[in-house]
Amino acid sequence: MSTVLKSSAEETPAGAPSNPAAPKRGLGSRMRRLNVPAGLGGWIWLAIIIIPVYYVVITSLKTQAGYFGQNPLALPAEPTLENYQMVLEADFAKYFMNSTIVTLGAVIPTVLISFMAAFAIVRGKGRFLKLVNGMFLMGLAIPLQATIIPIYLMIIRLNLYDSLLALMLPSIAFAIPLTVLILSNFIRDVPNELFESMRLDGCSEWQTMWRLALPLTRPAIVTVAIYNGLHVWNGFLLPLVLTQSPGLRVLPLALWTFQGEYSVNIPAVLASVVLSTLPILVLYVVGRRQLLSGLTAGFSK
Amino acid sequence: MSNAVSTAPNTKAAARTATVKGGQRDKALAWLTAPALFFFVVFAVVPLAGVLILSFASWDGIGAIGSAGLGNWFSVLADPGLYNALGLTFLIMLASWLVQTPISLLLGVFTAGSQRYRAALAVLYFLPLLLSSAAVAIAFKALLDPNFGLATGLGLPFLAQDWLGVPHLAVGLVIFVIAWQFVPFHTLIYQGGVRQIPKSLYEAAEIDGAGTIKQFFHITLPQLKYTIITSSTLMVVGSLTYFDLIFVLTGGGPGNSTRILALDMYLRGFRANLMGPASVIAVILVLIGLALALFLQRLGGKDKQGSQLEGM
Repeated sequence: MSTVLKSSAEETPAGAPSNPAAPKRGLGSRMRRLNVPAGLGGWIWLAIIIIPVYYVVITSLKTQAGYFGQNPLALPAEPTLENYQMVLEADFAKYFMNSTIVTLGAVIPTVLISFMAAFAIVRGKGRFLKLVNGMFLMGLAIPLQATIIPIYLMIIRLNLYDSLLALMLPSIAFAIPLTVLILSNFIRDVPNELFESMRLDGCSEWQTMWRLALPLTRPAIVTVAIYNGLHVWNGFLLPLVLTQSPGLRVLPLALWTFQGEYSVNIPAVLASVVLSTLPILVLYVVGRRQLLSGLTAGFSK
Repeated sequence: MSNAVSTAPNTKAAARTATVKGGQRDKALAWLTAPALFFFVVFAVVPLAGVLILSFASWDGIGAIGSAGLGNWFSVLADPGLYNALGLTFLIMLASWLVQTPISLLLGVFTAGSQRYRAALAVLYFLPLLLSSAAVAIAFKALLDPNFGLATGLGLPFLAQDWLGVPHLAVGLVIFVIAWQFVPFHTLIYQGGVRQIPKSLYEAAEIDGAGTIKQFFHITLPQLKYTIITSSTLMVVGSLTYFDLIFVLTGGGPGNSTRILALDMYLRGFRANLMGPASVIAVILVLIGLALALFLQRLGGKDKQGSQLEGM
């Protein structure tokens, strides 16, 4: 509907301020009236998203007494950071490091090897490459959970049980299909003339890949890196099944165990929720534009 | 052979050189897929075969692996727990689709507009995507506390229910929290889809005198066909993987009222130490995943299959 508004605005400048959330500007146009529900719906959904987030943040700043004594949505009467202090003292830094190691250790290899595969799939014509592509596409439909039991068995047999490497290997495998798909979509958009001129200059496919395709697909690479990073960072099942030692916990697992141990101290539990999200939030604020445009292009081509 | 061809100085020969080189190039290119292929085969395809084999085995997760023949299959298929989990999985899948698709479609169309405040809204919509399922589940547990949660805060007593203690409330809650977490992602997909619809279509409709609602149903919706299928595929196949959220939020309870297939598999395998029967459930999960993906592709039209999947 908004597209409609935009195009009509271009035609008739008078219709430009057709802001659905501001009906005070006049209800003359049929279109503006119809868009009031859309604007309203947009704001209602915003409330649904924001109220829980707001609740978590303010509660994490409350004392136990404040939590039991105040209106739950009121700002803390005497805000405190002692919950955060408590969580940080409970080895948070270690869990944060573990999450960072696993995420980088999974995402960097995933992106690198998927990029090479995607390049080959786009540039090659052979039956073998078609087969490989088909296999990766099938992989999109396989739920990771369904293979967790054999993965558990394999990781034990490889003597990798209860190690961070055990979390990286299956994460890489299951990130490959979507990563290859998105990257090959982007590489396909590189004009053929550019490949041709590289070939005429006597460049090998290997050189073409690094010198031409890689720089041109950089936005897509950032996108898949962020998307996979989010997935691995927030992953729960693999750490739950493949690790055991408290020293090897990653953040989501640490959250879960912390919740079990401190279920009477809700403000502290919620402080751990905020702390576990904070690093991602910081990255999001820094790379928001790149992330949004990349995801939009990656998923709706 | 390539020698003979390359010495012949005519264009036909040059073309042939190209095809010969093409063959060599394909070989070189094939090697580039080797690392990805290795990881995918070892940690996805082999486990996939493994789960089928384990479904005929008896194993407690620690000791030796024995053969169980068809025993696991018979016992699981005769277990009413399976049908409870199956029914629930499909219920949550269907309900999630019915709830999330219209909301994210409308929000996607809405946020595709160019006004500044919509861009700002879209930024905030994105927040749930950054949270882990564990964090979301823990947050909602606190939020739903009848005394110290949202119900008291907003002064809405009807929200003060024992959400995690009453079966149908727990199922409803799971559907809501899933929507809370995933609508933003699908909104993003639809927003991108809408932005790619050619403006000229709307201009033509405008001239023909079609109103907003007509334009929505006759232009926007048909143009978004593949976006809808992409989003639905991700949503439906993804619904098989809501494990983390439900595990932390309800643990499958109260009773077995939110014990979906993935959770059923985990609890049988890693809690009851029955890896064989758990593998049977896993095989069923894979079959459902593949069947759904194929079905949704077919919806997109057979000839479009290739580009269809690429759209994801």
